[in-house]
Amino acid sequence: MTSVSMPANEGVFERAKWWLSDAWVITVRNLRRIPRQPDMLFFITLQPIMFILLFRYVFGGAIEKSLGGESYAQFLMPGIFVQTVLFGSVGTTGIGIADDMKRGIIDRFRSLPMSRTSVLLGRTLADVALNALTVAIMVAVGLAIGFRFEGSFLDSVLAIAMLLFFGFAFSWVAAFIGLLVKSVEAAQSGGFIWLFPLTFASSAFVPTEDMPSWLQAFADNNPVTIVINALRAWFNGTPVGSDGWLSLAWTVGIIAVFAPLAVWKFRRASTQ
Amino acid sequence: MDKSPQDGPAIIVEDLVKTYGKQRALDGLSFTGEQGQVLGVLGPNGAGKTTAVRILSTLLSADSGRASVCGVDVAKHPQRVRKLIGLTGQYAAVDEFLTGWENLEMMGRLFRMPAKAARARADELLERFELVDAGKRAVKTYSGGMRRRLDIAASLVARPQVMFLDEPTTGLDPHSRIEMWKVISELVADGTTMLLTTQYLEEADQLANQIIVIDHGRLIASGTATELKASVGGERLEVVVGGAAEVQAARGALHHITGEEPIVDEEAASLRVPVRGGATILPAVIRALDDAEVTLKDLAITRPTLDDVFLTLTGHAAEADSTSDASEGAQQ
Repeated sequence: MTSVSMPANEGVFERAKWWLSDAWVITVRNLRRIPRQPDMLFFITLQPIMFILLFRYVFGGAIEKSLGGESYAQFLMPGIFVQTVLFGSVGTTGIGIADDMKRGIIDRFRSLPMSRTSVLLGRTLADVALNALTVAIMVAVGLAIGFRFEGSFLDSVLAIAMLLFFGFAFSWVAAFIGLLVKSVEAAQSGGFIWLFPLTFASSAFVPTEDMPSWLQAFADNNPVTIVINALRAWFNGTPVGSDGWLSLAWTVGIIAVFAPLAVWKFRRASTQ
Repeated sequence: MDKSPQDGPAIIVEDLVKTYGKQRALDGLSFTGEQGQVLGVLGPNGAGKTTAVRILSTLLSADSGRASVCGVDVAKHPQRVRKLIGLTGQYAAVDEFLTGWENLEMMGRLFRMPAKAARARADELLERFELVDAGKRAVKTYSGGMRRRLDIAASLVARPQVMFLDEPTTGLDPHSRIEMWKVISELVADGTTMLLTTQYLEEADQLANQIIVIDHGRLIASGTATELKASVGGERLEVVVGGAAEVQAARGALHHITGEEPIVDEEAASLRVPVRGGATILPAVIRALDDAEVTLKDLAITRPTLDDVFLTLTGHAAEADSTSDASEGAQQ
C-alpha cells in the first residue's frame, strides 16, 4: 500500500544493511546540526586554541627545564589533542543525547521501525567528525607554535586515527552517562567531571616522573597516558613499543564495555 | 506492506496496569477503537492518557494487561506495531536545527523508503500542510502551530494505519488550535484511524466519533458525545426574571408547564428546569410567564456540554486538576 518495503523476515545481511543505513541517516542529521549552531562551534574550537596558548606560554618555560632538551610544544600537543578530543566527545555526545531525550526526539526514533542502536551509533560517528574538525584546527595552531610531525607520513596517520578512535570510545562512555542522567544540566556538569583527574593525572602536560609516587603509579597506567605516549612516539618518529597495541586494546576494551551498556540503557531508557 | 484491514477493532486495550512507585498511572484500563474512527480519550492531567498512548506506541511497557494495534500485540511484536503507527504528541518531537523538509526526509529514510521516495514524500507533505516555504527554514524559526503541523506531517510520512495524537493542541493559541482542528478533520475525512487524547472537552466533541473518559487510570464512561451528554440528563430551560419578588410566581408557572420542580437561585433571580421537546415548548412557557405577570429578562434552552459530563462523572471539573499529573510528568 505504500512505498515502504519491509520484508517480515530479514536476514542477517539485510539487517546489517539497514543498521548501517539508519546509523548513516542519524549521522547526517547530527552533522547537519553542527554548522547551524555557530555559537557552539565557536566555543568548541576556541577552547583548545586557548589551552594550547596558555599551556605553551604560561607553563611552557617552567616545564621545559625538566624535559631534557625536548621542546614543550612537541611534548604538549599530543596531550592537548587527547584532552580536547576526550572533552569534545564526552561533551557533545553526552549533552546531545540528554538533549534529544528531553526534547522527545529519542521517543520519536523509538516509535519508528528503525534499528535501536543506530541512534547511538549515528551520534557517536557524528561526534568523530566534529573531533576531526577540532583536531585540524589544533594541528594548525600547533604548527604555528613549533609542533612538528617528525615521524613518517604513516606514523602521523596512525597517530590521528588512534586519537579519533580513542575519542569514539569515550563517546560511548558519554552516551551511557547521557542516558543515565536524563537531564541536560546534569550531563553538562556531572557528565565530564571525571575527565579532569583522568586527563590531568596523566602525561598530558607534565612528565609523570615528577609526580608523587602514588600518583605516578596511577598516571603511568592511565589509558590517557598510554595513548598520549603512543601519539608522542608516532609524532616524534621514535619507536612506539607496547604503547601502540596497548592504546588499541584500551580503546577496543572501552567500546566493548560501554557500547553494550549504552545500548542496554537506551532500550530501557523510558520503557519503564 | 499489504496489511488487509483486520476484522475487529484497530485498537484493543485490555486491563492495562502501569505503576510508577505508588502512583497507579493506569489502573485496569480497557477500551477499544474501531477502524476508520476517531477515538477521543478525554481526561484531566495525570488521568493516564499519555501513559496509555506510550504503551500503545511501544515506548513503554505495561506492568500487566494487553494492548494491540491492528491485531498485533504491542508487547510481543513492537517492531511490527511501529510499522503500523504514527505518533504525534507531547513527547514525539521534530529536530529544531533541521529544516522542515529535512525532518520529513529523515523520517522517510528511517521508515526505510528509497531516497527518492523519501524526498518526494517530504515535498508532498509540505505542500499538503501548507509549509512549502517554511520547509526550507530551520524548525526553530516556526510558530507553535507550524511546528505541530510539521509534527503531524512527520508522523504521516509512512502512511500509518493508526495515528496517535497525544494532546495535539495543548499549549496552542486559539487560532492555531482551530487550524489544527482543520488539519485533523481532513485526516479523519480520509478515513484514518485515530486515537486522540485531549483535556479539552470541546476538542473531543468536535473531532471524535467515539469518546472515552478516563480518570485516575480507569475508564469511567464511553460513548458518542451525544450519548455522554444524554447520560447526564437532557435539555434544560433556563429563565432569568425581573427580581427576587417574581421568582415564586415564575416557579409556579414553570412547574405547571413542565411538571418538574425548578431549581431556583433567588439571588440571581434565575430558575432551571428539565424540559423535553426543545424549542417547541417555548411559546407555552412565554405565555404562562406572561400570564403570571413575570418580567422575562432571559430565556434559553441549554444542552449539556462535555464539561457537565465530566463534572457529573468525576465530581471535579476537567481542567482544574493539575496537582495529580506527577504520574505523567515523572516518567522521563
